[in-house]
Amino acid sequence: MEKQVILNSRHFELTLNRLCYQLIETHNDFSDSILIGLQPRGIHVVTRLKEQLERILEKEIVCGNLDITFYRDDFRRRERPIIPSVTNIDFSIENKNIILVDDVLYTGRTIRSGLDALMAFGRPAKVELLTFVDRRFKRDLPIQADYVGKTVDTLRSERVSVEWEEIEGEDKIVLYSPEING
Amino acid sequence: MDNLSVEHLTGIKDLTKEDIQLIFQTADSFKQVINRPIKKVPSLRDITIANLFFENSTRTRLSFELAEKRLSADVINFSAASSSVKKGETLIDTVNNILSMKVDLVVMRHPNPGAAKFLSERVNAKVVNAGDGTHEHPTQALLDAYSIRERLGSVEGKKVVIVGDILHSRVALSNIYCLQKLGAEVMVCGPTTLIPKYIHELGVKVEHNLRKALEWCDVANMLRIQLERQDIKFFPSLREYSMQFGLTKEILDSLDKEIIVMHPGPINRGVEITSDVADSKQSIILQQVENGVAVRMAVIYLLASKIERQ
Repeated sequence: MEKQVILNSRHFELTLNRLCYQLIETHNDFSDSILIGLQPRGIHVVTRLKEQLERILEKEIVCGNLDITFYRDDFRRRERPIIPSVTNIDFSIENKNIILVDDVLYTGRTIRSGLDALMAFGRPAKVELLTFVDRRFKRDLPIQADYVGKTVDTLRSERVSVEWEEIEGEDKIVLYSPEING
Repeated sequence: MDNLSVEHLTGIKDLTKEDIQLIFQTADSFKQVINRPIKKVPSLRDITIANLFFENSTRTRLSFELAEKRLSADVINFSAASSSVKKGETLIDTVNNILSMKVDLVVMRHPNPGAAKFLSERVNAKVVNAGDGTHEHPTQALLDAYSIRERLGSVEGKKVVIVGDILHSRVALSNIYCLQKLGAEVMVCGPTTLIPKYIHELGVKVEHNLRKALEWCDVANMLRIQLERQDIKFFPSLREYSMQFGLTKEILDSLDKEIIVMHPGPINRGVEITSDVADSKQSIILQQVENGVAVRMAVIYLLASKIERQ
């Protein structure tokens, strides 16, 4: 695979910052708003947003993790079952404004499952979607994000990965493309 | 390791340690699910499950049915008492008739040891053994070990004594396999007549004195005396059994440590366990029942993921 960095750590920080201010524009002081990260990789976006938002607003932001394994539409269509991750929603989402957060928006199927999974916890007033990367023109379902970190045009054969300082050692977005032989 | 090594769950004997750990890991997630306001996930929407009970059961059948429904599977129930089995139909014929209604997975309890394995080799569906005579009861052993893990953090290195009618108990055999695979030490305790002669060959300790057994263990799993399977008398009277092998609050309090008390149910209060022990904070009997649903959801989910799509 050929590797190309499409967002370096400096811009990464700026993008996160911008997303925070966009969220504040809509959600004011977050009194009725909750960030929910989709497992496994959306939770890292939430961790960073929470840090920044709490610094800006000087108050605690309620956050949760949501695992969507059992709501996926590809059960029995894969070689192996997916090992579920932890869901951590120990608060009521009833009548709250929920911002679902994921790292990469691609086919939209994960978000569809995420919406189903979320509704098992109650009836939120409103649900929005924040994605750090939007692979546009690649949707299988009519799902679009309300907040986008970076929009990229990609091929199906390519892979986009959001990498984090605390896990991979550096904040960046990487595009992996198959090598073209000869 | 993210897939079971077996195609059916006929007994713990066939599972690897990794299989059991995978089931536990999956059950952790299902335990979260069944504590949500909406306790149901859509995973098995296109799966049909038949619960075939050729022997009486309340808890296990309800637990399986609930597990299946919480996975959104379609469920049909069958009990031998009200069926053609009474009219002389063979097991394979009965099951094949049910399978021709497009059933993907069969949960079966049967009075004959080996019935689940026999079936799994002959029908085109996944089979889960819900108890086959005095042989195995794998989901009970899984939920027992899961409950120990939940309470004590892990099963490895723990000492578990199984007390009571070991001879007629499928729970005992499955528990021995399961606990040993997870690295626990197992002891059986009961009257000589109710301990199988060669059980030490499974690597378990044998003890006939309840107090000694309890002093040794971290967990005591109290089994019911299976009078319905006993065609001869194995001990003089229930009263005598209860005096020697019944777990009372006095014995429990006189130990220099707090052990955990388990029971697979149904309990005969005042025989193998007194009421105050069954209801004490050391007892995890009701947690076992709750965990039973999560563990069965995990088993069915993992086996169903292996059903081929048409």
